[in-house]
Amino acid sequence: MYDVQKVRADFPILNVEAHPGVPLVYLDSAASSQKPLAVIEAMNNYYRTYNANIHRGIHQLSEAATEAYEAARGRIAAFIKAPTAEQVIYTRNATEAINLVAYSWGGANLKAGDEILITAMEHHANIVPWQMVAERTGAVVRVLPVTADGFLDMGQLPELLTEKTKMFAFMAVSNVLGTINPVEELVAAAKRVGALTLVDGAQAVPHQGVDVVGWDCDFMAFSSHKMCGPTGVGILYGKRPLLDEMPPFLGGGDMIRRVTFGGSTWNDLPYKFEAGTPSIAEGIGLGAAVDYLTELGMDNVHAHEQKITAYALEALSEVDGLRVVGPQQASQRAGLAAFTLKGVHPHDIAHILDEDGVAVRAGHHCAMPLHKECLGIPATARASFYVHTTTAEIDQLVKSLHRAQRIFRI
Amino acid sequence: MSSDLYREQIIDLYENPLHYGSLEEPTFTYEEDNPLCGDVIRIDVELDENNRVKSAAWSGDGCAISQAAASLLTDDIMGKSLDDLRAYDKDEILEMIGVPLSMMRVKCALLCLKVLKAGAYGLPEAVVLRGTEQ
Repeated sequence: MYDVQKVRADFPILNVEAHPGVPLVYLDSAASSQKPLAVIEAMNNYYRTYNANIHRGIHQLSEAATEAYEAARGRIAAFIKAPTAEQVIYTRNATEAINLVAYSWGGANLKAGDEILITAMEHHANIVPWQMVAERTGAVVRVLPVTADGFLDMGQLPELLTEKTKMFAFMAVSNVLGTINPVEELVAAAKRVGALTLVDGAQAVPHQGVDVVGWDCDFMAFSSHKMCGPTGVGILYGKRPLLDEMPPFLGGGDMIRRVTFGGSTWNDLPYKFEAGTPSIAEGIGLGAAVDYLTELGMDNVHAHEQKITAYALEALSEVDGLRVVGPQQASQRAGLAAFTLKGVHPHDIAHILDEDGVAVRAGHHCAMPLHKECLGIPATARASFYVHTTTAEIDQLVKSLHRAQRIFRI
Repeated sequence: MSSDLYREQIIDLYENPLHYGSLEEPTFTYEEDNPLCGDVIRIDVELDENNRVKSAAWSGDGCAISQAAASLLTDDIMGKSLDDLRAYDKDEILEMIGVPLSMMRVKCALLCLKVLKAGAYGLPEAVVLRGTEQ
């Protein structure tokens, strides 16, 4: 039995008031999640009791730090069902993970006329790196459209995913539409034409059990800070032969085997892609976040979010002039609702909600082409849910939306 | 809880903006958006033979703050000289809005000023439809 009040007690920030006397209703987890005490303590403990650089010292602190950092990698690998920890590369965030693949794999393998397929619902992080490598190599970026009801237009896939396609990069879950994409089906389609796949898992890994072997994707990227972990660390998973073949991304310490002034040779996986001192406390913190989510159980997390999403869609449907973008059924979407409200601009919604302590995001959510070219609106307001969200918080959201309407005389 | 920011005047201007539209023969016109939030404002200004504002109009889309500021600014510039337009200070806009704004919302309020100044300084992007002596 999932006890949301017990979960809430794990998050110190939920006791903080948004304004004096106004409790915080945090509905912006899709932008960045809050951190449970266990994560904060794990990082704190590293700094307080065994802070040292990793992979080089032979003193006790360095050994302890290295062990904790590498143990975290192992638990993160297990969390996404990666076959080995060496296939789990620490990056700065999901964005850097995608850039790593675009730069390293793309730079070495793409040539003029090759095609990269992305989708119209992508976050800028899965658009811009491909545009940059296309610019450098002469490859072409093509875009799989989104249907009016917020799904990938599968009817157009055969025309866009062809023998020319070398990479199909797509998100598992949309951060705006909430759409849960059919990852396995998309990967299978890519394999039929010999294209590689990169899955942007930033909105999936925090909210559902993910199995990269089951997905059979070639690469998968996600960020720690959206899954109860700290900022400053993300993960790139990749299939071993591909990672082995790929040239390094950044050069420096830790990623080399031997350096001479005549040239250098590269370290083994995963270190080949991890130049310089990494975010050690953050890696350890992500390990603690994975432990925390594992203990809650990802099936329970997903079920809780489904329940909240269904409740929210129902409650929001009763607000006049409010339109939720994306699939209309809770079972077809993840735990967020981006919406417009007739007569009130999203910025004004977010501002008025904030006066009531309700934190939502307003804008294009780093998906400018989706808003402008597909939805035909400049911005939406987005409420996003997580492990600690309650139905009472959804009620407060709706109450505040009614207040926004009153202020705007609607 | 009442709203500190959305006082009557702001909502009035949002419902009934001043000088909303476009001019037939603007001396200069300029448009700019705020890529962070998608707000967009265009301002048309027609100067008379003495380089004073004869008429002004604005159009665009955005939050109540950015829209109210555009109304207030286009109203305030009537009769002012080109040099006056160039000399506008952000504090003047913030004073017109009359309520304290957070750092994020200051950007909303100042978009219209950025547009006006870019037009008044005749940046390359500004479409000068009718030459003026400067």
